[in-house]
Amino acid sequence: MAERGFQVSRLPGFATIAIAAFVLLYLPIVTLVTFSFNASNSVAVWGGFSLHWYADAWANDDVKAATMRSLVIGVSAAVLSTTLATMAALGTTRRRAFKGQTFIYVVINQPLMVPEVVTAVALLIFFGIIKVATGYQGLGYLIVAHTAFCIPFAYLPIRARLESMDLALETAAADLYATPWQTFRRVTLPLLAPGIMAGAMLAFVISLDDVVITEFVKSAGQDTLPTYMLGQLRRSFTPEVNAISTMLLGLTVVLLTLFFLLTRKND
Amino acid sequence: MSRAEDTAVRTSARNGWLLSLPALVVLAFAASGPLLIVVWYSFLTANDTGNVIHEFSLDGWKGILFTYDIFEERYALADAHLTIFWRSVWLSLTTTALTFAIGFPTAWFIATRPQQQRALWLFLITIPFWTNLLIRTFAINEMIRNEGILNTLLIWAGAIETPLQINYTETAVLIGMTYVYLPLMVLPLFATIERFDMRLLEASYDLYASRWRTLRRVILPIVKPGIIAGSILVFVPSLGAYVTPRILGGGKNMMIGNFIELQFLQGKNWPLGAALSVALLFIVMAALLVYVRVANRDRGAGHG
Repeated sequence: MAERGFQVSRLPGFATIAIAAFVLLYLPIVTLVTFSFNASNSVAVWGGFSLHWYADAWANDDVKAATMRSLVIGVSAAVLSTTLATMAALGTTRRRAFKGQTFIYVVINQPLMVPEVVTAVALLIFFGIIKVATGYQGLGYLIVAHTAFCIPFAYLPIRARLESMDLALETAAADLYATPWQTFRRVTLPLLAPGIMAGAMLAFVISLDDVVITEFVKSAGQDTLPTYMLGQLRRSFTPEVNAISTMLLGLTVVLLTLFFLLTRKND
Repeated sequence: MSRAEDTAVRTSARNGWLLSLPALVVLAFAASGPLLIVVWYSFLTANDTGNVIHEFSLDGWKGILFTYDIFEERYALADAHLTIFWRSVWLSLTTTALTFAIGFPTAWFIATRPQQQRALWLFLITIPFWTNLLIRTFAINEMIRNEGILNTLLIWAGAIETPLQINYTETAVLIGMTYVYLPLMVLPLFATIERFDMRLLEASYDLYASRWRTLRRVILPIVKPGIIAGSILVFVPSLGAYVTPRILGGGKNMMIGNFIELQFLQGKNWPLGAALSVALLFIVMAALLVYVRVANRDRGAGHG
């Protein structure tokens, strides 16, 4: 009977659903990317290959300004959050459990738990008060807000790397009369570098993707690429949005691939 | 050796705090701290021009469920608000169920691949998970909008004559949320299924259990922690969803997140918006507490 091919872990229909899920997961993205190269201005009817939506996006001053703003905020938030997260990871790993450690974990991971729209509202009110009090309207608010919610994302890979690191090398350095600072600078930091890079990349991707908090915190004329795209929805829909999306998508995939290569277990 | 270890490794708790302090300060300033201001604002009086008057009032909290009828001078149940809450809960629960129905077979499929292939399949799930939620919602929008590819294909094939109005309906929001949150269900399910001992299935089949019975009596009870984790990871962001219902639901199919935005950026009833935010926060925290308790119980049982 069919018992010969009986495989215990096989459940009927599961593979079909799984393959369908993968297809459905990628079909909309592939379609979106495909139509960014469409010659006509439809997002559903193919009119031949063209790069003119990319040229349009490139020539659009609003897009250029929003891109620059996204990059400035993303790089600043990534650098700041990774620095803070590295320090916090060094403070909370590889030492005997201390009083308040759980509290530190909870505060660091808090942005992962609170709904984004609630944080956005909170920052709208709080930064609104500061804006009135100080008169400062600049990008600083967005950078601080992004830094805050990027911290847990930077923290996780750095902490994971620290926990998997061998202490013997640092002990050896200390045995050879290296000062704690020399040990950190010459041994710990180089060993930790892949984790820090991974954390920074994740933080940058998260900052680049943010819509909700940016939408609430930004002052007039401070659109980032995602909030600009959200604003475009009200107007007529052209493949220009697809072109911008594709570029953003490409950047994300490159960074994520690097992230996976950096965090891959080597042995 | 032990002295060296003392100096190099066992630094004091004070250093732990000092190193963590800068991160904590930034988080207190731009994440946790402002939440307290929201609580404070929910008890203030609304100002017609936006913002608030600093006078104590419970109107924000009452406004969640009731509207004040000026003509009859009494409070009446706010049907429009209840509709939005009900839609949020219903859509979030349905999204959770749908992601489970699709996500469980998917996670099972990945976990039963040969070891070398597994990482690749997992990577394929993770990529959409980390890519821009806005772009993924746009992608769904382009599939289902009236002049989108689905309708174009159906009309071309002669199946329909006028485009199906899927965009700007609750169905659209449901499709969108299921699409964007599916990886959140698959990943924790995969983590538990991967640890599942397949010999239990042999035992079950040896004892003449059918596939269905094995699934129900052996597999599901054991992977329950993964199911709960996945469900909460999907339910929580669904309940607070903002981008997906805004793009796919249009103005008519608001969820709580959009309703909160309305109070702040358009409706100008800040205390109501603040009260709604605090309420949403409490619901989410309650769900997360359940999750933590279940996760801890699972871990305790696993090691004990």
